[in-house]
Amino acid sequence: MSNVSLRLAWRNLWRHKRRTWLTVGAMIFSNSLLVFSISLQFGSYEMMIDNTLQAFSGHIQLQHEQYLDDPKMRHNLPNIVTTAKRLRNELKLENIGARAAGFALASSRDRSYGIQILGVEPLYESRISSIPGLIKEGQFLQQDSYDEIVIGSILARNLKITIGDELTFIGSGLDNSFAAGVVRVVGIFESGIADLDRSMAEVSLAYFDDSFAMRGKGHSIAIRANNIEAVTNLQIRIEALVDNQNHLAVRHWEELQPGLKQAIQADMTSAWFMYIVLIILVAFSVLNTQLMSVLERTREFGTMMALGLKPSNLSRLVVVETSLMAGLGLLLGIAVGFVITWYLSIVGFYYPGMEEMAVKFNLPDRMYPEVSLISLTLGPGIVAFGSLVASIYPATRLYRLLPIEAMRAV
Amino acid sequence: MSSIRCIQLCKTFRQGDEIITGLDNVDIVIDEGEFVCLSGPSGSGKTTLLNAIGGLDTPDSGEIHMDGIRVDQLAKGPLADMRLHNIGFVFQAYNLIPVLTAQENVEFVMQVQGVAAAERAQKARDILKEVGLIGMEDRKPAQLSGGQQQRVAVARAIVSQPKLVLADEPTANLDTVASSKLMNLFSQLNQNYNITFIIATHDKRVMSYAKRLIKMQDGKIISDEMQTPVSGDEG
Repeated sequence: MSNVSLRLAWRNLWRHKRRTWLTVGAMIFSNSLLVFSISLQFGSYEMMIDNTLQAFSGHIQLQHEQYLDDPKMRHNLPNIVTTAKRLRNELKLENIGARAAGFALASSRDRSYGIQILGVEPLYESRISSIPGLIKEGQFLQQDSYDEIVIGSILARNLKITIGDELTFIGSGLDNSFAAGVVRVVGIFESGIADLDRSMAEVSLAYFDDSFAMRGKGHSIAIRANNIEAVTNLQIRIEALVDNQNHLAVRHWEELQPGLKQAIQADMTSAWFMYIVLIILVAFSVLNTQLMSVLERTREFGTMMALGLKPSNLSRLVVVETSLMAGLGLLLGIAVGFVITWYLSIVGFYYPGMEEMAVKFNLPDRMYPEVSLISLTLGPGIVAFGSLVASIYPATRLYRLLPIEAMRAV
Repeated sequence: MSSIRCIQLCKTFRQGDEIITGLDNVDIVIDEGEFVCLSGPSGSGKTTLLNAIGGLDTPDSGEIHMDGIRVDQLAKGPLADMRLHNIGFVFQAYNLIPVLTAQENVEFVMQVQGVAAAERAQKARDILKEVGLIGMEDRKPAQLSGGQQQRVAVARAIVSQPKLVLADEPTANLDTVASSKLMNLFSQLNQNYNITFIIATHDKRVMSYAKRLIKMQDGKIISDEMQTPVSGDEG
């Protein structure tokens, strides 16, 4: 039956060329739209992840096992600078920097605010975080910076201080002593993330160590992978390197930024809702075409049954017709979608206002869809499946057909 | 061995509030290799009897036996198999598949039967030659005349050498010359291959080709006579 089905099905498709092309056209449109949208979604997620992680957390962090849930001073790692250096050497990756964090009351002449002070390795911080590149006044910390501080733009405005002004802070050291100091503001950053701009400040790790009595301890080693795909492998390698250290945890960015993952999942859910609506519309279009096709060929189906074909043969014929139509829509849709998306993945595209935002927040000024096997086949595959599901009803109608009645049909 | 035996066949149709009798206690035995014409006016029950014998329609009561098998009790699947392997149909309106060529239409049943491609192509070419359609194998039904289409339909019906060919008004849409050619062809096939032919018609010229003439009226057989058919050349 297969040869008959295939040849007959193919020719049946083109009995009404316009109708078939309209249905295939709807498939091509929806498939290419899905290819583009899903590729854009994947591309924008990668950009979103990159931008968010680049702002501060990095892709991976080594922390004390309790630090993530309970970020207290005492949940720290010993010899943090040495460990970071060892990792840089072992992994042959420079995007690794040690950090320590503490809370303090920061005061200017007129005002005081609670802030988080971060001790960083200035040389490596710029390889992990985008904050050094977001300095809008002054400059970032230098390798030999000591009693200097970089603060967020909102904090600077709230404290009414600017470059060159002094800021005093008082907090609690690791040994519960007073951690206090007077630092000179050398840089003001604007990340566009209000929380960071309002309450974060960075000093050199050496100065933090002295001020907060850390004695070589720190709270995290932030690591930025070369790309998002490399993160899991990198994590495995790091875990292998540090598996003998007690109370140490290697945190993936999904643990560090659960909100980011949830935001992506929420966006994916809403996008798929729209995709499903599109897929259902295409499926109904296929259903309409195939139902019309079956109804107008009732007499012919009656003849075929009289000649000895079983309803199952006829149903298969309808399914094969739908498969051919779906296959055509799938291939052409993927081809059109691929060409458009691939071109845009190279040249990128932007929407009005994006360039200004990019300059202001140190973000890429163009969006690049990410073409992959999944982005090319996932949507069109579901459309093809939906189309086949839509053919079930017209195909099963044929089981109720009686040859003599069918042949009397007009 | 009797090929077809119908016992007390009854069939009624509802048309609005009216009940129409299609078959009224029809008893008939048709032997293998017979050339039978069913004649009678429109509504006499010729087509209904033909459809019942071919398993296209089920009688309200009675029995239909074909080589000992109760056709009227077969389920859809076995009934389709029986039609596929044992019966060839020729319809008044030809009923060819419009998207297939003459050759493909003839091959169609063999393809469903699972005959190998080379064998069925050869058989189809041979039978098209026999019905005088050589050189027209690649034409689609719309590119053929009514007579040519009917000859394709005949070729399709006999190509797999069925035991029985049922033809319903096969010459209704044909001119005199084409009708004669078709009936000559039927006669030859009947003689050469011992295929049983049952033809429903109200065309006297067609009836003259039959060895046995059964007349029907109001769903009943009113006469059943053997006759001397005209020879193939006389058509």
